[in-house]
Amino acid sequence: MKPAPFDYLRAITAQDALDALAQYGEDARVLAGGQSLMAVLNMRLAQPKVLVDISRTAELDAVRVDKQAGHLVVNAAATQGSVEWRSTLADEAPLLAMAFPYISHFQIRNRGTVCGSIAHADPSAELPLVLSALGGDVMLRSRKRRRTLAARNFFQGMLMTAREPDELVEAVRFPLRKPGERYAFAEFSARHGDFAIVACAAVVTDASIRIAVGGVADRPVTEQWPRLRGDDLRGALNDLSWKLNAQDDAHISAKYRRNLVRQLGWRVIEEAK
Amino acid sequence: MNLRETALDDMDARVADTGTHESSAPRRHVGRSMQRLEDPAILTGRGRYGDDIAVKPGTLHAAILRSPHAHADIVSIDTQAASKLAGVRAVLTRDDLRPWSRPFVVGVKSPMEQWALAMDRVRYVGEPVAVVMAESRAIAEDALDLIKVDYATRDPVTSIEQAAMDDAPVLHERVGSNVISDRNFRYGEPEAAFERAPHRVKLVAHYPRNTCAPIECGVVIAEYLSGDEGFDVTSNFMGPFSLHAVMAMALNVPANRLRHKAPRDSGGSFGVKQAVFPYVVLMCLASRKAGAPVKWVEDRLEHLSAATSATARVSTIEAAVEADGRIAALSYDQMEDVGGYVRAPEPATFYRMHGCLTGAYAIPNLLVRNRVVLTNKTPTGLVRGFGGPQVYFALERLIQRIAIELKLDVLDVYRRNFVPADAFPYRAAAGALLDSGNYQEALRCSLDEGGYRELVARRDAARNEGRLYGIGFAAIVEPSVSNMGYITTVMPADARRKAGPKNGAIASATVSVDLLGGVVVTIASTPAGQGHMTVCAQVVADVLGLDPEDIVVNVEFDTHKDAWSVAAGNYSSRFAGAVAGTVHLAATRVRDKLARVLAKQFDCAPGDVRFEDARIFPHDAEDRGLPFARAASNAPHWAPALMPEGEEPGLRETVFWSPPYMDAPDEQDRINTSAAYGFAFDMCGVEVDRATGRVRIDRYVTVHDAGTLLNPALADGQIRGAFAQGVGAALMEEFRYGADGSFQSGTLADYLMPTTCEVPDPLIVHLETPSPFTPLGAKGLGEGNNMSTPPCIANAVADALGVEDIRLPLTPPKVMAMIGMDDPEPSRPEYREAPGTKPATPGGGRALTARGVVDLPATPEAVFAVLLDPKALANVIPGCHALEETAPNQYRADVTVGVGMIKARFEARIGLSEIDAPRRLRLAGAGISPLGSARGSGLVELTPQGSGTRLTYDYEAQVSGKVAAVGGRMLEGAAKVVLKQLFESLGRQAAGEPVQAHGSWIARVLARFRRQA
Repeated sequence: MKPAPFDYLRAITAQDALDALAQYGEDARVLAGGQSLMAVLNMRLAQPKVLVDISRTAELDAVRVDKQAGHLVVNAAATQGSVEWRSTLADEAPLLAMAFPYISHFQIRNRGTVCGSIAHADPSAELPLVLSALGGDVMLRSRKRRRTLAARNFFQGMLMTAREPDELVEAVRFPLRKPGERYAFAEFSARHGDFAIVACAAVVTDASIRIAVGGVADRPVTEQWPRLRGDDLRGALNDLSWKLNAQDDAHISAKYRRNLVRQLGWRVIEEAK
Repeated sequence: MNLRETALDDMDARVADTGTHESSAPRRHVGRSMQRLEDPAILTGRGRYGDDIAVKPGTLHAAILRSPHAHADIVSIDTQAASKLAGVRAVLTRDDLRPWSRPFVVGVKSPMEQWALAMDRVRYVGEPVAVVMAESRAIAEDALDLIKVDYATRDPVTSIEQAAMDDAPVLHERVGSNVISDRNFRYGEPEAAFERAPHRVKLVAHYPRNTCAPIECGVVIAEYLSGDEGFDVTSNFMGPFSLHAVMAMALNVPANRLRHKAPRDSGGSFGVKQAVFPYVVLMCLASRKAGAPVKWVEDRLEHLSAATSATARVSTIEAAVEADGRIAALSYDQMEDVGGYVRAPEPATFYRMHGCLTGAYAIPNLLVRNRVVLTNKTPTGLVRGFGGPQVYFALERLIQRIAIELKLDVLDVYRRNFVPADAFPYRAAAGALLDSGNYQEALRCSLDEGGYRELVARRDAARNEGRLYGIGFAAIVEPSVSNMGYITTVMPADARRKAGPKNGAIASATVSVDLLGGVVVTIASTPAGQGHMTVCAQVVADVLGLDPEDIVVNVEFDTHKDAWSVAAGNYSSRFAGAVAGTVHLAATRVRDKLARVLAKQFDCAPGDVRFEDARIFPHDAEDRGLPFARAASNAPHWAPALMPEGEEPGLRETVFWSPPYMDAPDEQDRINTSAAYGFAFDMCGVEVDRATGRVRIDRYVTVHDAGTLLNPALADGQIRGAFAQGVGAALMEEFRYGADGSFQSGTLADYLMPTTCEVPDPLIVHLETPSPFTPLGAKGLGEGNNMSTPPCIANAVADALGVEDIRLPLTPPKVMAMIGMDDPEPSRPEYREAPGTKPATPGGGRALTARGVVDLPATPEAVFAVLLDPKALANVIPGCHALEETAPNQYRADVTVGVGMIKARFEARIGLSEIDAPRRLRLAGAGISPLGSARGSGLVELTPQGSGTRLTYDYEAQVSGKVAAVGGRMLEGAAKVVLKQLFESLGRQAAGEPVQAHGSWIARVLARFRRQA
């Protein structure tokens, strides 16, 4: 299980990475934590010609709070661990703090990057779900321009995003905790640390419910509801479970996935009360 | 009824050979939880595993090209491009095999042939087709991508039931049937007992394919030596070394021309490393072809897909039961899936358990039918528990059914059927001589120490609250130290007579003393992490009065230099009973020889020489003692003149030992399949989550009687490990195959093993009823929970849910389906999309399906025109590099297909048929890439929709090879994405829009065309 041949470039600066992406475009892949990419390379499921390693690009390795804009900003080379282990995270972004323990295992979060998970856009991954639930956004940068996309516009399908081949996901921004918002996260997976079969995140206020579901559709799906309760809430969850268009696969029936959406959806909204 | 009397009569005579009865020094070390001598090296990164061993300069690295198909003829193999790649030294193909090798021999008389590579046909996904030898593994893998194999696919056989059908595709035409062995056995008077009994209880049990996956996969370093010297191999093959003969015969050399060495450390075997043996042969041939030593390291995908598997089994089991629950007769009708070939030592999975098919019960009458069937799946072999999980899943589920159907307490069913404590040694109906035990006492311990009453209270409380809680039990007899003759039970008695008897379970060990009195022990046991070095040191230390730390145990194994025989190796829990016992005998011989030497110097009787605290002394004069090191080395090495008359100089004793009562199968097919039989009684409480179907083990109690415990800490470690694997088999683990025979569990994210988070800590209780038949009274205990835990959990879940048919593994979706769940309709019908699933195929699996609707901005005529125009079609097919028309509406294409960064380049054939312009047509494609093969066919229908077209597609696709093995949860979605890309691109082309825009066009296309609800 060895990768196909590729050239390896280590970006000392962000500009190095952007130059490489401008030059190689679709033939290049950014290597950050490597927790998805290396496995895919070794199985030869992806055979990029060039790897652009940003894991030691110091200027991209930053996590900061932008209080004015109300964001937790995580740069491209920052590991999941470096965010998870912030002593202030539970105050800054409680939903993120709740979701981290579900992301694989400690060792993987120690290397895996937040932006890498967002850029990979696995429909079952936790970070795209949290970013979607919070209405966060993705900062893209190429040699020519910078742009910022809302999560809902960034995620385009299974492993597919709006990132252009010459763009780097330079940072993602998670909205900071807002007064009056309460949060909950729940996930069901085969084993602790596995990809979600269904994951749900909820942001609840006295007047509204925002619920996001991962693992079912080809990307995280978010819905905004008034503060429904009782049978209305059950009905809304049931409709959501159908709208996600769950599929049967070899191991899990669509019916079972719908059941989990209803169960976990109810649970997170209850918990976030 | 049983042969207890006879057994006892000659027991003393036979057991005397074992040396059990002689006096020995007090036990100071055996029976204690000593720390492992192996650990310092392993824990500091200094283990010596197969892949760590230095190889000769010039050693090449091998990579194996494997079949992406479950069943196909090999039309041609073109290795030209691969051979030309820089760094590639040679490529081994089927053409090389006939002159240099022979098919593997097996225990079933049959014209079936298995060679080290597929010859004319591939019969399972992952079957080796060619080997590349190159300067690095990476280059070798690059070359694999350049080998072109033309396959003609055949219909696969993917289930036991299908295999046995008259019209099933036949895997081996020379065999003529997929049922390669069909044997009936009859013990006692089962028909009469069934006739007489007031009750009959019947159950059909399905046991899935699974494994016990080690951390370390297979490693082989092989060298073809000059002249007629043969082959020199180092591999982590761990036995049984009866297979050494199979390897030598396959290589067409005398066994002494195949030297096999095993490294010191192993990253786990669990029986599975037995399956390294065909690769030993393959790499020997690769080395011969390349003219250089060759190293091969199996990767995880190779291991999971193609190394081995436990057999899948369908058992129809029935009991004739008295009113009080006593079982008068038992009947098994078992069908076993051994995969594409019967590979040695199969069909041993059946026969390892044969003698003790009646389990822990005194059942005098037994009827057995064993059918071995071939399917297009990986050949099976040793997996921890070997044969036990399949038998006990049926038998122990049946015990629960008996209690339910007769409205009895299941504990009473156990108590009334257990072999009585005073009946040992007990001859079971099919021939097992159960050596010792006290099953009633074990059950009592389980209930008392395991808190049965509290468990019942917990169940009551849970049920009162509407929760799902169940209690399960399992009782198993755990065979250890296999009788090598058991496999011949598969042959009818007259065939056995012709072949001559095979029996025994020979173990060997050598203890030597060096020039300064240091003790070295060698064993032919190839341990896999169990702690053999530690226990051997404990055993020898007790005999010679030394400290275990002072004893060196070398567990590397070399067929040229070590004492070994047919049963050598690490399997069938033979260490504690046979190997450690033989070490004890060898150490005893060393001690006795020293005693004779020292008796002369001390002027006392040899029996009066004591060995304690690293000193040797006469029993009545400790002050005259000598240090062991000096006394033990002096006469044997430095002053042979001091040896008593008739004693050889030197001090090295080798003992070969075979347990008593290891006879060949008798005329009535009775066979004592193992030397010793331990016992385990398990009890557990589980709670099933109504919302998700998750099974949570609330409490697990496992009582073991494995005779004398040599090192309780290691024993508990064995139990915990087997328990973890038993939990995996019960709840998670299964090798899954698609309807087309594609293998779908190629990563550890697809083949789910429990982690520490999923394995609770079991309560372990020990009983010690020593075996009269092993030198130290010890029996194996490392496989028991692989046998007992799956049915125990299954019984608990059945109790919780009140269901009868339990299929492993009990995954949450499967359990939820048994519980039943509400699935209310959505409030608006448009939220519901047409269901995408098609019924399961005859093979049992299901194909990938995709149905969809795309609105295209062009008329049906325009869309159809694109489909029929090769140039336009080439433009439409996503990732199409070239398209060439080979016949009207038939094309050969070079396409890159994928989602996100995951892409594969396919050489594809595309065909249009059932053309009904401009309404409908069938668009089919089949392709092969280094990542596997794909086939799809679907009906495309066009209906006018305003100024455009509504295109409806309905596809069925099959993906095989690597991408199916590792694609898991992504595959279904990926197939849909690819089809969507195709048809949306079709619409753009038909509408005259640019199809392949620069950059991430897929994203743009998707953004543009909204998904249809």
